[in-house]
Amino acid sequence: MKGAGRAICLPADIDTDVVIAGRYLRTKDKSIWASHVFEDLDPSLARRLKGAVIVAGKNFGCGSSREQAAIAIREAGAVAVIAPTFARIFFRNAINVGLPLIEADIACDEGSQITFNLAQGIVEVSGKRHTVKTLSPRMQDILKAGGLVEYWRKRK
Amino acid sequence: MSTLSERILNAPAGVYVDRNVDRAFACDGTGMLALEAWKNMGARHLAGDTEFSIFFDHIAPANNSAAATLQHELREFAKSSFMNFSDVGGGICHQLMGEGNALPGEIIIGADSHSVTLGAFGAFATGVGATDMAAIWLTGETWLRVPETIALRLEGRFAGAAEAKDLALAYVGELGTDGATYQALEFIGDAVKDLSIDERMVLSNLSVEAGAKAGLFYADDVTVRYLRERGHTVKPQIPESCTYSRELEFDLSDIIPLVAVPHRVDTVKPVDELAGLPLDQVFIGTCTNGRYSDLARLARIVKGKKVAVRTIVVPASASVLLQATRTGVLADIVEAGCTVGTPGCGPCLGAHMGVLGEDEVCLSTANRNFKNRMGIGGEIYLSSVATAASSALAGEITAPEVA
Repeated sequence: MKGAGRAICLPADIDTDVVIAGRYLRTKDKSIWASHVFEDLDPSLARRLKGAVIVAGKNFGCGSSREQAAIAIREAGAVAVIAPTFARIFFRNAINVGLPLIEADIACDEGSQITFNLAQGIVEVSGKRHTVKTLSPRMQDILKAGGLVEYWRKRK
Repeated sequence: MSTLSERILNAPAGVYVDRNVDRAFACDGTGMLALEAWKNMGARHLAGDTEFSIFFDHIAPANNSAAATLQHELREFAKSSFMNFSDVGGGICHQLMGEGNALPGEIIIGADSHSVTLGAFGAFATGVGATDMAAIWLTGETWLRVPETIALRLEGRFAGAAEAKDLALAYVGELGTDGATYQALEFIGDAVKDLSIDERMVLSNLSVEAGAKAGLFYADDVTVRYLRERGHTVKPQIPESCTYSRELEFDLSDIIPLVAVPHRVDTVKPVDELAGLPLDQVFIGTCTNGRYSDLARLARIVKGKKVAVRTIVVPASASVLLQATRTGVLADIVEAGCTVGTPGCGPCLGAHMGVLGEDEVCLSTANRNFKNRMGIGGEIYLSSVATAASSALAGEITAPEVA
């Protein structure tokens, strides 16, 4: 899986309450999650995520199991999230909803152009190439299918 | 020679496995998304061997008609699919699973991050999101990476007013919020045999706050006795020598009452350093500290006195509420000026029954103090039940009495 986008830099230990607050969870309307994503961190982020690659610090997505966090980031138009580590439930959720994650410790330069190739484990930041960890084969399959719903729908 | 996680998952650390899930559960929040994902997968029937449950606990009763409508759909599904179903007032999923529905050696997956609580019974218990849960409804299986394990070696006995929650805050403070990411915790050492099931559940519960995938105790005589009283005959799990990625030691007699300050669980301070901080609300409950032993401890401290600040008590389950009613603990709590909510998660996630206003300060026995979690602009401090009870009487953060 390949992709590209502009870097948006976020700090370490972003918890899922900050990604999407509990007050927006009692709906199935994904556009509500997208429009309030990261609201308590920076209300302008929701409008800036389209075509962006989030480059965050360690432990991204810690806290609650709410899958709405991963869906909100995807629905707001972010292309991928890069962080040195992800909280494990968020990791699974993101892949399950088709949001690519890349485990890598990359210095973030706001607005720089980032391209990635997940199968090969390559990330390029402003033309500089980094070799990164690849996803497990199962996670790559799920992502390739477009998420876990599609993965199982095709196998049924 | 294996860690308990390796033994239950039957593979060495680092290996990816597909495993049958013994028990799988979701709550009102994650269940509605799981149901949508399950339908979209084209599923019609639940997988065969897994015991499935749905618990209404996060916002139960519903706080508005939108939540009620979503819950109605999930309730009808739970009933028509013959899942175990616990409606409004039954209590918190982890507590209800812990009341005799989690056994040593089982693989238990919950669509809630605090599913790690059930590691207290020697089960491999972990949390997933809604779509993973839907896939378990469909197949009865899930994939897992067998985790490395960090050992927490516990020695000695609690002294003074310290309790299991203080030890939990101490180890999260030491590990940090990502100190155990992708790994499991194992609680070992001579002190474990003196820890009750309630205390073990507190310690397992907080393991996810250090990023852990699971937090396990070996089933021992305490576990066997607890489960026998609930109709299950199980055997103890005998530890083998094994390789831990890291080992931390805690002498329980060194543990002092602690408070986690906003907005991180790993920023812990001795309660004395925060003494005098004015409070707007005290909240006692949740999957961490809403059990009968917690309510009884609260009652011992507040009995015959009056709380100086609004104090919301939410029992973790209907049976906790019933026991507190029968023993008089509930009367002591209410006479002291506390109010009691419907068994469930209550205000922990800021949805209802105790939402904070801007700049309000809450001392809570829950497990998370993330920014705005209980309400926009509200500040959450986390403590033990004893610290919360003493602070409720004073209206400000106060070192607990020795109860």
